[in-house]
Amino acid sequence: MQLVDQAKVKSRMQTRLKQNKVLKGVFFGTTIFALVVLVILLYRILTQGIGYLDLQFFQNFASRFPEKAGIKAAFFGSLWLMAVIAPVSLIIGVGTAIYLEEYAKKNRFTTFIQINISNLAGVPSIVFGLLGLTVFVRMLEMGRSVLAGGLTMSLLILPIIVVAAQEAVRSVPKELREASYAMGATKWQTIKKVVLPAAIPGILTGGILALSRAIGETAPLLMIGALTFVAYLPENLLSGFTVMPIQIFNWTSRPQTEFHDVAAAGIIVLLAMLLIMNSIAVLIRNKFSKRL
Amino acid sequence: MKTIMDEKKVVKAPRPEEKKKEVNTVYSIENFNLWYGKDQALKDIKFDIPEKQVTAIIGPSGCGKSTFIKALNRMVEMVPIVRMSGDINYRGKNIFENKYKVEDLRTKVGMVFQKPNPFPKSIYENVVYGPKIHGIKNKKILDEIVEKSLKGAALWEEVKDRLNENAYGLSGGQQQRLCIARCLAIEPDVILMDEPTSALDPISTLKVEELVQELKKEFSIIIVTHNMQQAARISDKTAFFLNGEVVEYSDTNQLFSNPSDKRTEDYITGRFG
Repeated sequence: MQLVDQAKVKSRMQTRLKQNKVLKGVFFGTTIFALVVLVILLYRILTQGIGYLDLQFFQNFASRFPEKAGIKAAFFGSLWLMAVIAPVSLIIGVGTAIYLEEYAKKNRFTTFIQINISNLAGVPSIVFGLLGLTVFVRMLEMGRSVLAGGLTMSLLILPIIVVAAQEAVRSVPKELREASYAMGATKWQTIKKVVLPAAIPGILTGGILALSRAIGETAPLLMIGALTFVAYLPENLLSGFTVMPIQIFNWTSRPQTEFHDVAAAGIIVLLAMLLIMNSIAVLIRNKFSKRL
Repeated sequence: MKTIMDEKKVVKAPRPEEKKKEVNTVYSIENFNLWYGKDQALKDIKFDIPEKQVTAIIGPSGCGKSTFIKALNRMVEMVPIVRMSGDINYRGKNIFENKYKVEDLRTKVGMVFQKPNPFPKSIYENVVYGPKIHGIKNKKILDEIVEKSLKGAALWEEVKDRLNENAYGLSGGQQQRLCIARCLAIEPDVILMDEPTSALDPISTLKVEELVQELKKEFSIIIVTHNMQQAARISDKTAFFLNGEVVEYSDTNQLFSNPSDKRTEDYITGRFG
């Protein structure tokens, strides 16, 4: 006896194929949706801002007049901020990762630290702003300075760097460590000569991605009181400063529509910077992964 | 299935009668026990390992032979849950004493692992790794060490023109001999080998075996192998491990031709394992 009715199978074939086609379309649609929104956004920003994007835009400070307004203070403010964030967060972050992965015994205390680090990565950035305001600006009396802003942002991205660095360190094959220890190398020699060289691409990639998050972040800096109208460059770590996202925010909140175009120009600069940083991260990853 | 006759054939090759000279002991193991958590992996191990000979450790998987050899240079301590009791004396000193530094021990006791594990560096850098961590910086001395070690590991002729190429470009067998060269570079006293040929093809295996014969003139070698013929071919002494215990330890000839324990006989004749 035949359990499978061939005629019915044939008649159902069409519906099954149609269903298949429809769902393919649905999934394609969801992908396109995100893409279209992004393209529209980029298009609007580009058409709006491109007119203001000239050399002058980089040479001028903020101004009451849109045609004279420039991003110089914010651009260099962002660079200054990065100059604080990069060393602080990388040194502390990589140090923590090495301690947790290589030195720490696996006990409740390290598990506790580990859970907290992961949790910190999920804390809203405004909370870090409050922390920075209390600790760096007020308690340590750094004022509304580049240093205070940089340290606050370092705290914000530390959990991301720690987790990325931990993963990079963990992915170094156990056999390589064993080879080093078996020759009488100390822990530090093994870390310096075997673990870190193998982990560095992962650490750098994670670090740059974390930095590019810091450069686009606004809330914590608003909290600690980065300035919104700055007509000078930071001279030292205790100078007041502004950064690109804050400058953009400031421009968009002005009533004159011309300033909205200036803001668009600022966004282009910010996006370009992010794109460059992410590309560097990808390049580093590719360069090193080929060598191994 | 191998029969006892095959085994006898392997060891029949006339072995030069051991001279009756005094043999020094490098390792003397006394009532050594080891646990992973609650599981006891080594039970009451007790025997002496002679100098400048090849001592083979054989036994089925999971019998504790790898654990044992890793205890000899305290690499086993890298497993966090390990506990030990008893003594392992290296040249008369208990290696588990507090003031005995592992770094010191491992400088004298080199190790070759199951899988070739060269560093992702050049051949040259691989060999000088050990000397460098011990503070040798003189380029001329390092160059000499590289040549001597690679010659010692029978690899020099194959790689002398490409010392600066990445070690990962070598074949598996070459990589393993590079690891042996790396080990020789710190001029150790003892070389531990943990199934050094298990990941190699027969020709590379043969080369490593010949090398072991050569090396025992200068070094004391302790080799773990799951390959009984290999043990019979290259070792002077053999210890048969089973379930964490040493069932039998004697001259290799003796152990393979006339085992005193029934379990040894069963194992070497291929009835289990």
